[in-house]
Amino acid sequence: MTKPSSTRGPSKSNVEGLFPRFLRATEIDARLLGMIAALVLIWVGFHYYGKIVNGYGAFLTPRNLWNLSVQTASIAVMATGMVLVIVTRHIDLSVGSILGFTAMSMAIIQVWILPDLIGLGHPMIWVIAVVCGLVIGALIGALHGYLIAYLGIPAFIVTLGGLLVWRGAAFLLARGETISPVDATFSKLGGGPYGAVGATTSWIIGIVACVAVLLMLWQGRRQRKRFDFPLRPLWAEGFLATVGCGLIIGFVVLVNSYPWPKGIVKKYAAANNIDTPINEIFISHGFAIPVLILIGVGIIMTILTTRTRFGRYVFAIGGNPDAAELSGINTRWVTLKVFALMGTLCALGAVISSARLGSATNNLGTLDELYVIAAVVIGGTSFSGGIGTIYGAILGALVMQALQTGMILIGFDAAIQQMVVGAVLVAAVWIDTLYRRRSGV
Amino acid sequence: MTGTTPLVEMKNIELAFGGIKAVDDVTVDLFAGEVVGLLGHNGAGKSTLIKILSGAYQADAGEIYVNGELATIRNPRDAHSYNIETIYQTLALADNLDAAANLFLGREIVTRFGMVDDDAMEAETRKIMGRLNPNFVKFSSPVSALSGGQRQSVAITRAVYFNARILIMDEPTAALGPQETEMVAELIKQLKSEGIGIFLISHDIHDVMGLCDRVSVMKNGRLVGTQNVDDVTDDEILAMIILGKNPERN
Ligand SMILES: Nc1ncnc2c1ncn2[C@@H]1O[C@H](COP(=O)(O)OP(=O)(O)OP(=O)(O)O)[C@@H](O)[C@H]1O
Ligand SMILES: [Mg+2]
Repeated sequence: MTKPSSTRGPSKSNVEGLFPRFLRATEIDARLLGMIAALVLIWVGFHYYGKIVNGYGAFLTPRNLWNLSVQTASIAVMATGMVLVIVTRHIDLSVGSILGFTAMSMAIIQVWILPDLIGLGHPMIWVIAVVCGLVIGALIGALHGYLIAYLGIPAFIVTLGGLLVWRGAAFLLARGETISPVDATFSKLGGGPYGAVGATTSWIIGIVACVAVLLMLWQGRRQRKRFDFPLRPLWAEGFLATVGCGLIIGFVVLVNSYPWPKGIVKKYAAANNIDTPINEIFISHGFAIPVLILIGVGIIMTILTTRTRFGRYVFAIGGNPDAAELSGINTRWVTLKVFALMGTLCALGAVISSARLGSATNNLGTLDELYVIAAVVIGGTSFSGGIGTIYGAILGALVMQALQTGMILIGFDAAIQQMVVGAVLVAAVWIDTLYRRRSGV
Repeated sequence: MTGTTPLVEMKNIELAFGGIKAVDDVTVDLFAGEVVGLLGHNGAGKSTLIKILSGAYQADAGEIYVNGELATIRNPRDAHSYNIETIYQTLALADNLDAAANLFLGREIVTRFGMVDDDAMEAETRKIMGRLNPNFVKFSSPVSALSGGQRQSVAITRAVYFNARILIMDEPTAALGPQETEMVAELIKQLKSEGIGIFLISHDIHDVMGLCDRVSVMKNGRLVGTQNVDDVTDDEILAMIILGKNPERN
């Protein structure tokens, strides 16, 4: 992890290519650009493949992109935690099973237990269920972390065991049944027309985000001035501000241009005594709640990894465990916390997945560990430890999900989908290896 | 150095790895403002001995006294709390982090919101590095991108920055060029004059004879003896190292 400070060295006077100079001035990571390029390529590729072969490009539509963002949320939330696990040179194979177990626990709490205690439909049901779920996830993760850090059992083994144990435990909890329906408020956490915040709120969120971007750039510049570090050229600051705000506003416009489906509008109009003809009512989805959860998690995890002591220690342990220990870092305690955090994020993933489904089933989260690990690795986190980013993992999850959705849209069958995802994973890591060798990091 | 209590006393220290005694009943001491050289062939147990003082290892037997009081050093944090700082032979740097992050590792400067203040740490690093190694400019690269000598300056800076009272240097000049080696020698003299006690491990007898007040020689995990440098010749020291024999006189 190098801090975003690549311009602070002595300014090179020798002639530099335009593009490297652009990267250096804006401090944009070349890897980030590569991932965005790959993503755009996948999106455009699927869209035009559909257009040419099937006569209809379904990928670059508000509807599909909105759904894509929702489908990515659960895996991406877990991927942000897996970054820390892999950065510390561990692995967690149990995330899918922890997701299954915590989803089942939360469903049982809100369907079997709480209605008897505080009454069906009580407004606190979803809160209690979510809090219990997060605590259970954290405890499971902490248990794994304890076995790994304090008893010295390899993470691969502990979490392989966890994969079996928690899946089995979920089955036992519910005696193999599917638990549904979940609480109405809870199910909004999974997205859908009612689980989105609407046009106005989306605009407010977008504007607040833009202001935050500008404030961050300004604060960064002030900080550099304070310490007499070289400043970014003004054009680079302007570029970053424009692109940042542009992307945010673009995203808001996108989610606001996906309307509620006719059926839901009809119900809504009937319930609210609206007499406008159904065809003339346009109600935007706006941001889906799971996507907002993901954005929140992404921001918090980024701050955690780059701006806190905990994050610094996680990367130090990954870079050189002995050096971290000799520097006085309590490496075992940090490791335990990393796994506890991973467990908590699995529970959050469980909230999103089970809310989206409206129930908790026995196989919820099966194979998720593989998608999560793939997302993290595609996002540039290195298995040799010490290197990885949160935004990379989220983009990685988006790439994985885009591939899958795209293949479904153009009608590839499941067998081919699996093969493509597998091949892309290996290819992505290969390209990453080449990149690292060349840039010497 | 007479009459006062030693800054550090390591008494009858023992540590075995498996069946092998890496340190066997060794007693050494160090006074304020003194440099004690630790000499011995490869594998004599020098690094192991000082790692017990720095908290990296725990002794099987023996006691450590700091300022005459029994000290419990169970880990590097304990050692830091006694103001014991160490430059390890292996340097012990996190390769993926930059110089400032390494310098402050485990003791980061934080803002009032508890966030690590990278800019403040970089500014501090630039300041102290400007004093110790003005040629050092790669402040924003991970230390994996530094040369052996540059890495060594980072390790030295880290040990010096935190107001050590007891400084352990395990072959601090092994990777340094002549100019940088000279700078470390100057640094040692300066720290000594500030009253800091230094354990210096080195294979360079001239270094040792020039900088140290006393030398303790180890062989196969045992202490051969401790001598004032003014009382012995280079050859006598060599005999201690190679043959394990103390100079014979009066
Ligand atoms: N972690 C360890 N595990 C097992 N044996 C060890 C370990 N560390 C050191 N030893 C052994 O202990 C003995 C002393 O090693 P030590 O590193 O203290 O030697 P040294 O005097 O510092 O040598 P050098 O001059 O080569 O640095 C050696 O025989 C070494 O093989
Ligand atoms: Mg050694």
